[in-house]
Order: sequence, then C-alpha cells, then structure tokens
Amino acid sequence: MGELAGEKHAAYILKVEKKKDNLEAVIMEHLRINGAYWGLTTLDILSKLEAVDQETVISWIMSCQHSSGGFGGNEGHDPHLLYTLSAIQILALFNKIETLDIDKVSSYIASLQNEDGSFSGDIWGEIDTRFSYVAICSLALIKRLDKINVENAVKYIVSCKNLDGGFGCTPGAESHAGQIFCCIGALAITGSLHYVDKDLLGWWLCERQTKSGGLNGRPEKLPDVCYSWWVLSSLIIIDRVHWIDKEKLVKFILDCQDTENGGISDRPDDAVDVFHTYFGVAGLSLLEYPGLKAIDPAYALPVDVINRIFLH
Amino acid sequence: MHGRPRKPSTPVDENASSLKANKIKSLQSQFLHYHHNKIYTEEALKINEKLIEANPEFMTAWNYRKLAFQDKVQALIDEELRVVENALRKNFKSYGAWHHRKWVVSKGNTSTEREIGLLNKFQQLDTRNFHAWNYRRSIAELKNIPDEKELKYTTDMIETNFSNYSAWHNRSVLLSHLMEKKVEGYLQKEIILKEEYEFVRNAVFTDPDDQSGWFYHLWLLDQTVKLDMPTLVSSWPPHGSDINQVTFPIILYFDEPVEGVSSHTVTVQTENDIFKNVTWNPLSTNKFKCAQAWMTHLSIPHEEVNSSKKVQVKVSSEMSDGIISLCGVTSSRPWSFGFTVSVCQNPQPAEGQNRRLSYADESFCIVDTNSNSAGLLTSYFESKTSDYEQSTSSKWKSEMIATEIDQYRDMLTWAESKKIGKLTLARLLTAYDAVMSTGAPDTANVEEVLQLYTELMKLDPAHNQYYKDEYSLALLKQVTSNKESLLKYCWQYKESTSSNITDSLCLRLNNLSLSRIGSFERLLWVQSLDLSHNELHSIEGLEALQLLSCLNLSHNKLSSFMALDPLRFLKSSLQVLDISYNEIGAHTIDTRRYLCSSPMSHTLDYDAKFEEFANGDANLVNFWDAYSIFGGLNLTQLDIVGNVAVDERFALFLAKLLPGLKWLDGEELN
Repeated sequence: MGELAGEKHAAYILKVEKKKDNLEAVIMEHLRINGAYWGLTTLDILSKLEAVDQETVISWIMSCQHSSGGFGGNEGHDPHLLYTLSAIQILALFNKIETLDIDKVSSYIASLQNEDGSFSGDIWGEIDTRFSYVAICSLALIKRLDKINVENAVKYIVSCKNLDGGFGCTPGAESHAGQIFCCIGALAITGSLHYVDKDLLGWWLCERQTKSGGLNGRPEKLPDVCYSWWVLSSLIIIDRVHWIDKEKLVKFILDCQDTENGGISDRPDDAVDVFHTYFGVAGLSLLEYPGLKAIDPAYALPVDVINRIFLH
Repeated sequence: MHGRPRKPSTPVDENASSLKANKIKSLQSQFLHYHHNKIYTEEALKINEKLIEANPEFMTAWNYRKLAFQDKVQALIDEELRVVENALRKNFKSYGAWHHRKWVVSKGNTSTEREIGLLNKFQQLDTRNFHAWNYRRSIAELKNIPDEKELKYTTDMIETNFSNYSAWHNRSVLLSHLMEKKVEGYLQKEIILKEEYEFVRNAVFTDPDDQSGWFYHLWLLDQTVKLDMPTLVSSWPPHGSDINQVTFPIILYFDEPVEGVSSHTVTVQTENDIFKNVTWNPLSTNKFKCAQAWMTHLSIPHEEVNSSKKVQVKVSSEMSDGIISLCGVTSSRPWSFGFTVSVCQNPQPAEGQNRRLSYADESFCIVDTNSNSAGLLTSYFESKTSDYEQSTSSKWKSEMIATEIDQYRDMLTWAESKKIGKLTLARLLTAYDAVMSTGAPDTANVEEVLQLYTELMKLDPAHNQYYKDEYSLALLKQVTSNKESLLKYCWQYKESTSSNITDSLCLRLNNLSLSRIGSFERLLWVQSLDLSHNELHSIEGLEALQLLSCLNLSHNKLSSFMALDPLRFLKSSLQVLDISYNEIGAHTIDTRRYLCSSPMSHTLDYDAKFEEFANGDANLVNFWDAYSIFGGLNLTQLDIVGNVAVDERFALFLAKLLPGLKWLDGEELN
C-alpha cells in the first residue's frame, strides 16, 4: 500500500490558494469561502495550519459578510447559508469566533427557518436538508441553537427519511449519501439519532463500498473519494463503520493521490482539486490513518477544536 | 351623466365637444383594432392609456390591459424557461438552474405537458437524475397530477430498465401515500404486497447482481412483518411472579421506541392504593422523552411492610390516546400484568459486599433448580403467554413469507451470484419466525440462519462484521429462546460475598465471539452478567437491565469511556464492574460519541465542577468522559487494567471519583 504524501498535499493547497486568475480559480470564485474551509481544515488535519497567515484570511472572510449578517462566497457576492457555515468553521479553526457579531449572524440564520421547520438557503426560498444541517451546525458552533425551533427542524429532517433508511433533500426525494450526511449530522448535533433506523441505514451505507474499495453515493453509481467523507462520517456517527472494509477504503483513497504534484482526485488518475483533497484526508483521519489529527464526524472540524468549544 | 347644470350649449361648447368626441372615437377604433388583433406593443399600450384617462369606465380597455400584462408575464416566463433549459443542457445537475425553473413556474401560467415533456427527455438521458425526479414531484403537486398516474410512470420506467433505483424509490413513496390516504384500490395491504413481491421478483431474477430490486424487496418484507401499533413485549416483574423486595423497579419493554408513558397512561394499582405519584422514566439519552424501555422505582411504605401481608400489584394501560410510536402510531390495545410482593416482618438489612467477587470458573457451581432465583427465571418464561397484548398474528403474513422463502431457495440453485440470495433468505427465515411467534419460541429456523451468516462471512469478506453482528443477534435469540437453553448458561456462586449479589444467578455468555448483544426483552431478570472474552464495542441496550448489579466486560473491544454510557441508567443497582483489557484510549475516533450523552449533541450540559475535580490534569477528553460516566455510579469493585487510557494518575482520579470503591484492579483500597 502506498503512503499519504502529506507534505505534497499541503504544498498543493498553499499553491492553489495563491492562484486566483486561472480558469479553475475563476470558475470557483463564487464558492471561494468553501474552498478556504476545505483547504484550511486539511492543513490543520496535517498539522500545517501555521503555514497560513491567519490575519489575512480572517480579514478576507469578514469582507465576505453582507449587511444582512450572512456571508457570501466571495467579496461582493450575495449571502447564503452555505457560505455562512464555512465562515464560522474557519473562524473556529483559528479560535477566533469572537471576531463575529454573534447576534447578527445568528439572527440571519434563524430568519431563514420556515414554519414547517425546514430552512431556505437564502431569501430566494430554495429548501433542502443541506441547509438544515448548515443552520444547525453553524448555530451550535456559536452556541445559539436556541434561536431556532429545534423540534420543528428535527421534524422536517425526519420527514425526509426514506423507506430504505436514508434521507433526501426534500420529503420524498431519493436517498443520497451527501444528504444523508447532512441529516445524520444535524440529528447528531441535536441529540435526535433515535429517529434513525441505524441497522437499516447502516446496511444501505455499507453497501456503498464497491469492488475497488471506494465508496459510491447511491446504488449503481461510481465510487468517488468525496463519499469517503459523507458515507464514512455517517457510518461513524451511527456506529456502524465496522461494517465496511476499512483497509480497502484506505487503499482506494491513497490510490487517488497525485503523489508527484500533490492533491487528491475523485478517482485514481483523474484531475485533482481542493475539494477531493479535503475529503480524502478527512476520510483517512476518520479511518485513523496514523499521523493525522482526529476530525469530528458531525461538525467536520478537528476534534480538538470541538472540545475547545464544548468542553468549557 | 350626473351633476351637470341644464343650460343651452354655445357654439364654442359645441365645437369643443365635437373635437373631443372625434378624438375619443379615433382612440376607440385604434384600440379595438389592437385589442382584436392581440397587439400589445408600447405604442398600443399608450393609446389604451390615453383612452382610459378619457373614459375610465370603458371595461374592455381594462380587460385589454390585463391581457397585455399576462402576455408580458408569459414572455418573461418563456424567456426564463429558455435560459434555464440552455443552462441545464450544459449541466443538468445544477441546483441553481432547477430551483430557478421551479421559482419561475410558480409565478404564472406554464403548460403541464411542456414541463412533463422536458422531464421525460431528461429522465431518458439519465434515469437517476434526482433533480429531475424532485422537480417532477413538485410539478405533480402543483398541477394536481394524481399519485396513481405517477405510479404508472414508475411501472413504465422499471419495465424499460429494472436497474432504476430512482424509479423503485419513487414507487415506494407513491405506494405509501396511496395506502396511507386509504385511496380506493389501495386499501388491502396484502393484495398490494403480493403484487409488489411478484413485480420485484421479475427484476431480481433477471439480474441478481443489481441492487435496486433488493432494497425494494427489503422494504416489502418490513411492511409485511411490522406490527400495526407499538406493543408491550416484556416486563419486569414477570406476570404471576412473587418478589420479596421492599424496593424494586418496574420495567416496561416495547417492540419499538415510544413516547407518552406516564401515570396518565399507565396505572399501578394495589388494594390500598399505596403507591402515590408514580413517575415513569425513559431509559434513553435523548431530551425528547422517548425510549424502548421505561421504568419506575417503587418502595413499599413502612406501614405495609410491618403488616407482612402480600401486596398484589396490577400494572395496566387502558387509555387509547397515550403511548405513541416515533411515527405517530398510537398503542390502542389495552394490556396488563400482575405480581405479588411479599415482605417479611423484619427484613434483613442489605449486606455490604464483604469479599471481592471473582468470575473465575472455580467460583461457580451448577444451578439449584429449587432456588429462589431459578424460580424467578421459570416464572419469567411461563409468563410469556400471559396478559400481554395478544397481537393478532395474521395468517397471510406467514404464508406470504413462506412463498418468498420457496422462491429464493429456488433462485439460489441457479443464480451464479449467491450473496444477496443468501442474505435475503436469512432475513426471510428470521421474519418468518418473528410472525409465527405467538407463544411458540421464535427460533424454529435459527440454525439455518446461523449457517447462512457463516457462509456469507466467507462469501463477502468486505462486509464480514455486518454478518458477524447478525450472527451474534441470532445466536442470542437461540440462547434465550426458552428456559432450558438459558439454564445451560446460568451458574450459581459457590461462596458468599454479599447476599444480594451471590444469591442471584450469573448468566455467563463469555467466549461466544459475540460482536453485538440483543434479546434484552428476555434478559430483564438478569442481576449478574458475564460477557467477557467477546468482541463487543458497544453495550447499547443494557440500560434496560435495571436489576444488574455485577457486569463483566473484560477482554472485549470497548474503545472509549463513552461506550459505557448505558451504565448511567444502572447507577442504583450496579456495584461490580470489570472493563479490564479493552481498547479504551487506543483510538482517535470515538464511534459512540453521538449515541451517548455529551455536550456536543446537546444531551448533557458541561459540568464546570469537572475542572476543579481534575485539578488541571492533562488529557482533558478522556478524563471528562470518565468523569461524566463514573461520576454517577456507586461501585464497590472495579477492574480497569489493560486499557491504554489507564495509568496510575488516572487510577487515582477514579478512586477519588468513586468514594464507595473497595477494590480496584484486585487491590483492596484503604
């Protein structure tokens, strides 16, 4: 089995962070703040977070904040829950949550909850359980979960539970590993996992492992490194991770590395990107690969960051 | 016309009047031309505006403006739909594009056929595009397309290509709705299930490797087996038993987690109404007051104790509106059970533990079947066919499952790929035993089930641990299925260390390669349990065993203190605990964390007293977890050696936390 080229991946991330004008960076400009979260968390897992200038990053993040209290994907972009979570997560990494006007951000998030407990991503009304997770995770990290109606939020998520034990984006939508992570994460954070049929869902999730050892996102689809996070973290939260072959998955992730130039791709020999680099490294952390900081499966931040927030 | 004074008109007036008339006439004729030709240009609208200013009562002119408005909106909508379609052609998985289309459609008139036509095109290109399926669902709701029509669509899609998980999923959603809403033609569950079993069999037999059919089949099986409402399956004390304790718990064990157990929904009756203010507690960590096991602690009051009468107790539930399952189904069948409490006139004060308890083989001897504890075990099994609810076991269930069993046995003879066939057969056999079980032991097929899981562990090594867990559960079902098989694992203590510990039987389930435990409804009587030398990483479910005073978990795979969370619920009974030689502290990832009480899941507040207690000791997390778990226990004997997290400093920390502790790792404490 190969090894994790941690130094190369750290160097790759720092390189990508500086390149702002090539096609890839320009196409991803609208979600740069997500990219920052993926890159910085990966660096922290690799214990290389000091390589980044904290103040520059924080000041850019704050410049992404909109007058409504929410954050946009980049400076001047409209606010949305997805980018607000990344902003909070990055500040948590640097232990600088106090930089935020907590009341303002939490009011923005709470204003997006609908009567049935669901969350809209922004004022334009798209509803999706991804946004339920984002809202709950954000508010939990800044200790303002009481600003929303948690009972209704949980009820809505449970209404998206399917007959195969999984969860979709809206009631009746097909189970998908990404949505499952969001719903399971949200239910974990709100102490509501008793609504989950862990055996049924656990089996659906463990059947995501394909012959190559990699995980797919739903039946009859191709494996992809990002599911090493979404499927794996869900399995860990419901304590069914022993139902997959962990060694085979480690091998699959390592095979997706570009060990020369750094970075990890969705499948072996495909082009790398920061997104898959993060999910590969985070997945290896969940698999207890040696030398990596442990990551929390529900909040998607290093365990020491979560302990710092909750055990005080 | 109103309010005009009567006066003769002057030539000037007449002229002005005539000019005005001509102007309006011209506007009117131009307007009518535009109106009848549906012309809504800027110029046409200006003409209309002038006309309306001159004569606001001209209804047709206002109607025209509404038509012009609708036309503009339609043009806007059509333009937006065109832009979305273009974008989708480049990326038909774009959340933004699909949401915009949904938003635009909500603004005005769009043709259902057009939207369905677009969807059919996209769904042919990619049958698994969930965005398209979600959009289809929202259009069906907006345009009131009936569920039956959409159901037919899934039938067509599946018949075109069996391997369409999305179509099967939608089918399950639509069928559930139709059955729930009791739509005409969908009222008889058995008929629907029979048809669906046949339908999915075609898919599965055509391509046994494709997963889509298998998950659907599992859903059908669950629909066949599940009870129509939450049901009480077990209790402590057992019906018809006689217990001799002043203080005792009552445990209610249901087939699934329920809410609403309280003194309003469950009554505890005695002759003299001696139990006041009975409070029922859910044995679970969540803040939502729901659990599979509920309990209350009762004490016979002094006056009754001294009278040395036998107290008859009846526990019952009559109210139909109270106990509810997680999906909102009410438990409306009444149930009850009764037992007697005999307390002698001068009860012996409970002995403290005077010697260290050992689990070595030499400490035990064969059970005396005449002893009290053996008697309790007997009454427990005899009560199984008691006044608990008689759930109506429907004949169609066992017949339907038997048909499926035959079909899949046959399939295994010709299919090349055996994995799913064997797994399904194991599940079908387990299900068959479950639906046959009124009174009879539900383990007729368990040997074959154990055999199938053993074969599956070799056939599909990647999922080895899944099959092992299922094997362990089936094995425990077998062991606990009747009194005879259970007594083979029961032992009696030779010497006394304290009466309340050593008078009880010890259930020894050690060295059975158990990776998971279950059958708790059959184990509520257990006071002493040996699970050592197994492969357990979780003890979830043990919280129901409210009589447990001795627990041996040594030589297992417990990998964090959080894994011991169920012991929180045993704080009034547990005295002896052995968790030596596990893996606590050896792992960076804790798979039990979110299933247990912790500040991260908002099920436990952080106790600030911990900091002063820990005195600035390092390794905060391990100490916090241990503080949180052990802080509530009243142990007299504890073994923890052989865990990475445990060193001398930690042992001292624990001793401080457990003031009543007499033996730690075999050494007597001072």
